[in-house]
Amino acid sequence: METKTVQQRLEILSDAAKYDVSCASSGSNRKNATKGIGNGVACGICHSFTEDGRCVSLFKILMTNHCIYDCAYCANRRSNDRQRATLTVEEIVDLTIGFYRSNYIEGLFLSSGVIKSPDYTMERMVQVARKLRMEENFNGYIHLKAIPGASPELVHEGGLWADRMSVNLEIPTEPNLKLLAPEKNYPAIFSPMTQIRNEILASKEEVKIFRNARRFAPAGQSTQMIIGATPETDRQIILLSSGLYKTQNLKRVYFSGYLPVNDYDKRLPALTRPPLVRENRLYQSDWLMRFYRFKAEEILTDDQPFLDLDVDPKLGYALRNLHLFPVDINRADYEMILRIPGVGVQSAQRIILARRHRKLNSEHLSKLGIVMKRAKYFLTCNELPVSTTDWTPEKLKHKLVAGAVSKNKKSLDTQLSLFGNYQPVLPPLH
Amino acid sequence: MTIITYDGTFGGFLTAVFESYNRKIFPVDICSRMGEQKHLFAQKTDIQTDEAKAERVWRGIQQKMTEKNKQFVFYAFLSEEQGIEMKIYRFLRRLFSGNLDIETDFGDPDVLYLTQTSRKVKQEAMRMLQFVRFQHTKDGLYFCGIEPRYDVIPLVVSQFQKRFADQRWLLYDLKRNYGMLYDKNKPQEVVISNKEFSSITGQVNDNVLQEGEEFYQKLWKSYFTHINIQERKNLKLQRQHLPRRFWKFLPEMMILN
Repeated sequence: METKTVQQRLEILSDAAKYDVSCASSGSNRKNATKGIGNGVACGICHSFTEDGRCVSLFKILMTNHCIYDCAYCANRRSNDRQRATLTVEEIVDLTIGFYRSNYIEGLFLSSGVIKSPDYTMERMVQVARKLRMEENFNGYIHLKAIPGASPELVHEGGLWADRMSVNLEIPTEPNLKLLAPEKNYPAIFSPMTQIRNEILASKEEVKIFRNARRFAPAGQSTQMIIGATPETDRQIILLSSGLYKTQNLKRVYFSGYLPVNDYDKRLPALTRPPLVRENRLYQSDWLMRFYRFKAEEILTDDQPFLDLDVDPKLGYALRNLHLFPVDINRADYEMILRIPGVGVQSAQRIILARRHRKLNSEHLSKLGIVMKRAKYFLTCNELPVSTTDWTPEKLKHKLVAGAVSKNKKSLDTQLSLFGNYQPVLPPLH
Repeated sequence: MTIITYDGTFGGFLTAVFESYNRKIFPVDICSRMGEQKHLFAQKTDIQTDEAKAERVWRGIQQKMTEKNKQFVFYAFLSEEQGIEMKIYRFLRRLFSGNLDIETDFGDPDVLYLTQTSRKVKQEAMRMLQFVRFQHTKDGLYFCGIEPRYDVIPLVVSQFQKRFADQRWLLYDLKRNYGMLYDKNKPQEVVISNKEFSSITGQVNDNVLQEGEEFYQKLWKSYFTHINIQERKNLKLQRQHLPRRFWKFLPEMMILN
């Protein structure tokens, strides 16, 4: 094996790491108490943005892309013939510190292919985190991936050094995971996840009593699953993620639209483009659950397996429940104002604060940043309302989607429209 | 018809507010002495900055504002927008005359404008935390030259001080021609006359760069190109988050320039 330079290996390993979606550096306000380098900022900081529009906050890298597993959805699977490389513990530490000192990054996101055994891999990852904290006096953000199957002791130590831990679920249901990754199983994924959850909760309790107790993964835990590689419905995915938020206390569930990385594998669907719109709609539903106080069951009803690609899930909810609207901006409670399409969390809070001083009218609302083009059908304010009584959901949907072809009609992105190039066969009479 | 002129500093502005109460005048405009003359026939009153008076007004503001908005007026002032003084002045008049927490009265055009402007300033400060790129120079100093839209360097110094406590750094505002230097002890304001860096892009001349600096820049650039997923290309989204005016300061964007 010829030796590769650091730059070549960095290229190979960042190429291999790019499929990890998470890059958040939020949730931790670790102090630079040791007068070393780095601190955490609770809101997170994005330092750059790549051409795909995703943020670069953390130095996201695989320790190695050698892997003993052969998962069908993964670019780094054992049977793929691609360039392999490994960075040593020292190299990763040096790169992280070097980048951090120039303010390129907010910290390190370390993941890895599995070499030899999960324990062997995890141990070296923990070493990186320990070295950063103990030897380099580094107090920036560290996100460590827990390798499924690694021993609880290593996961525990990892959590003590890291700000956030994550275990990737990869495929939303176990039978499909078995199908695509026969060497993996759900218990091996859920046992570190549960361990991390318990330790985070225990450490939070401990901090309440002893202020200086060591924190375990203060920025919480996240996970990621691939969308579109297997035939799960949106309803299944949303119910699963809402379950994970409740039972595992996750901070985030990330969705990754399936990219056809191994198109020769017949177990995977043939896609020409990643399902970006579907991914976007799932994230919007995720937001509805986390910030808009929606329940998973409200976003998709029993008879509705998939999200509507034409309209966002909040507008979809409003259209299905037209009897709840229009909402009176000057009297309704916060929960209901949040449900008006075109009103965001910030605008809703501002409405609540501002209406104590005076009655708000539509001019106020549009100045506050509410998208009146949409919202006007769903609210009344201190003036005559847009008539909403004779709208049927279909008519209103058509009006709203047609009014914003370029922005909202995203379904064209993934699917050719049937009558897009329709031309009448007969010539017109006149 | 009275207009008040002051020296353009925040302290000066607060003194002007104090004097308007003291002399019982309600000015039609408050503007900087250095600014252009807008009013031909108005009576001008010039106010000398008095720290004690400014301090009194500032304390008054602190008492009336809620915890979250203590710096609100200051941030809005930093925006240097045309006519911001009168908007703040009217806001303060209302603030001092009643007990209601009028900072949340977004139905009022002044309050809404000030809220939005102070948010813009805070956002610009955030962008400093995001897009400052230090270059390591031969004498061990980490240097960054950048052009923020508003004068926000003083707002972010404490953040950088916490973060890079063990390295010497200099944040230089190329537009306003001053910088903040931190020597592992405390930050201080400096003006550089003999520049060894480009006053347009803030790039340090090659001969004063530290040995390893170019290597790290190269690694960073190649990292940046390889972490991108080509199939998901979305330049509009990129530009939305990473405004063009910062590109010339970012090593990773220089490949594209």
